[in-house]
Amino acid sequence: MKKTAKIKWADFNKEIADDNYYYLRSCIRQNFFPGSEKAFLDILRHNLHKTIFDDASHTTCAGIGYHADIVTFETLQTIAARHFSLMNERGIPSAVVSCITSFGIYSEILATWEEFPEEKEKIRAYLKKATGREFEVPENVVHSCDIIYKFRNEIAAQMKSPLINQKTGKPLKIVDHIGCHYSKMFPERGVGGAEFPKVLTGMITAWGGETVDYPERRHCCGFGFRQYLVKSNRSYPMSNSKKKFESMAPYKPDAILANCPGCTMFFDRWQYTLGQIEGKTYGEDGNGIPVLTYEELAGLVLGYDPWKLGMQLHQVDVEPFLDKMGVQYNPDDKYKGLNGKYINQPDFSGCLKV
Amino acid sequence: MPGELYERISQDIRFTEGLTACMNCGICTAICPAAEFYDYDPRSIVTTVQSGDEKTLKDLLESETIWYCGQCMSCKTRCPRGNCPGQVIQVLRKVSQETGAFTKSRKGRQQLLIKDTVGKNILKYGYCIYPATAYPEKHPEQGTVWKWVFENSHEVYASVGGNYQGKGPGTLRKIPREALDELHRIFEYTGGINLFNKIEEHSRKKALELGFRKENADPDMEVYTRFVENEQ
Repeated sequence: MKKTAKIKWADFNKEIADDNYYYLRSCIRQNFFPGSEKAFLDILRHNLHKTIFDDASHTTCAGIGYHADIVTFETLQTIAARHFSLMNERGIPSAVVSCITSFGIYSEILATWEEFPEEKEKIRAYLKKATGREFEVPENVVHSCDIIYKFRNEIAAQMKSPLINQKTGKPLKIVDHIGCHYSKMFPERGVGGAEFPKVLTGMITAWGGETVDYPERRHCCGFGFRQYLVKSNRSYPMSNSKKKFESMAPYKPDAILANCPGCTMFFDRWQYTLGQIEGKTYGEDGNGIPVLTYEELAGLVLGYDPWKLGMQLHQVDVEPFLDKMGVQYNPDDKYKGLNGKYINQPDFSGCLKV
Repeated sequence: MPGELYERISQDIRFTEGLTACMNCGICTAICPAAEFYDYDPRSIVTTVQSGDEKTLKDLLESETIWYCGQCMSCKTRCPRGNCPGQVIQVLRKVSQETGAFTKSRKGRQQLLIKDTVGKNILKYGYCIYPATAYPEKHPEQGTVWKWVFENSHEVYASVGGNYQGKGPGTLRKIPREALDELHRIFEYTGGINLFNKIEEHSRKKALELGFRKENADPDMEVYTRFVENEQ
């Protein structure tokens, strides 16, 4: 039987605006990786010389509530329409979304409005009635990892610490995890679609690292919305993440890189939980596998201070990865706040108390 | 003839988007992480919905099974017909909450907990998840570092360039009053508050049915909430 490629990489090269962005922040990223959103804005403004507007007036997209079924589709769409209206007010045509759940939400809404224009008109009326606002759909809506991917070579040109193990001279081995809502629902809206997950591996290889196509690479982290939000359901997300750790561990990755803030947080926390429950760890020397956001990885490559990037907020210690990369940092600064004042520190960090 | 429940389900635009003539191939079940973890089969759910049978649909809306989906939407990627069982589940869950059927199942009753946490965060703070309400005792999996962040939140967020509860833009800023007011009105005019009220109203009825009653005969929602949290 003749084999023909049904799906081609060329079909999934999405348009990513070049400049002049409106930033839509993420609830989870702000809570758990606050330094990453700061780093994203700093990299765009200071390293890539782009314009991005950070607006106090946008709110949650309510996507977590939507996928946990307490927020209606009509409410969700109208909140998104309000955000588009804020962009229109500023005359900014391109949205950059920090959260994968939000990115999926915007993708779903835009796809719905393309297929059912009458739904858009219904939402237009809701927004007008609720807020007096009007809106037009943005020209371009991308996820913030798309921007870092687009400018990965420009970042590489300014690189201070490549992804090379300074002791062995070999590329650091990094496994990626792409959040389900980035491209599983609307493949045409993600770089590489669902079949060519290249948005993170493109960054890793451009900065000198090596990637591994581990068996459960595309499996969900297990968030499951209601499966995590309700305490008694949490064995579901933990089991899904465990499946992924078991799959990637034999390749001895130096780090995990994720584009979804939720997945990043869960991989970090479930390694700790599994360490506490089972006494098992998936990294070296009793530590877990460090889990990084792409903003953190870009920041490290560009020479940003890991504590300014907020990497002390990770449960799994990141120092083994920093040491391999040869990143210069002061361990005594890890728990220092503004003006160098000591904040206090966790009982312990890592997966096991040693 | 399709009955009232099928009519209600099929009026949701996501049902039109998510289901066109399922051919029962079962790829959705093969790829589904929830099917791997729970006794869960999206293929058979779609078959039930497609049958349009009123009695079977009623049973489905009252069942545990519709609450097992994790909404990863991997089913959408793989369905040869472009269907999305995860989206059909969203519609079923919506109708289950509107009709009160959700209180018949243990997993369904948990919607009250989500409304009282995520729902409150959205309306009070403008965030789905918020540091001040991510209590370490409710989140032991968050670990020792989160406990440290929680207990020293202002200093920690400030040290990484955050603007926790501050004015103006920035990470974890206080959402301006006017923006929160607009968000509230959106919830009010689009049926968001109505859904919260339905969840509350049906949960109160269930509390009474289970005998969680205060001296003045009102439902004791504190005790009911603890019951739902710990129900096995």
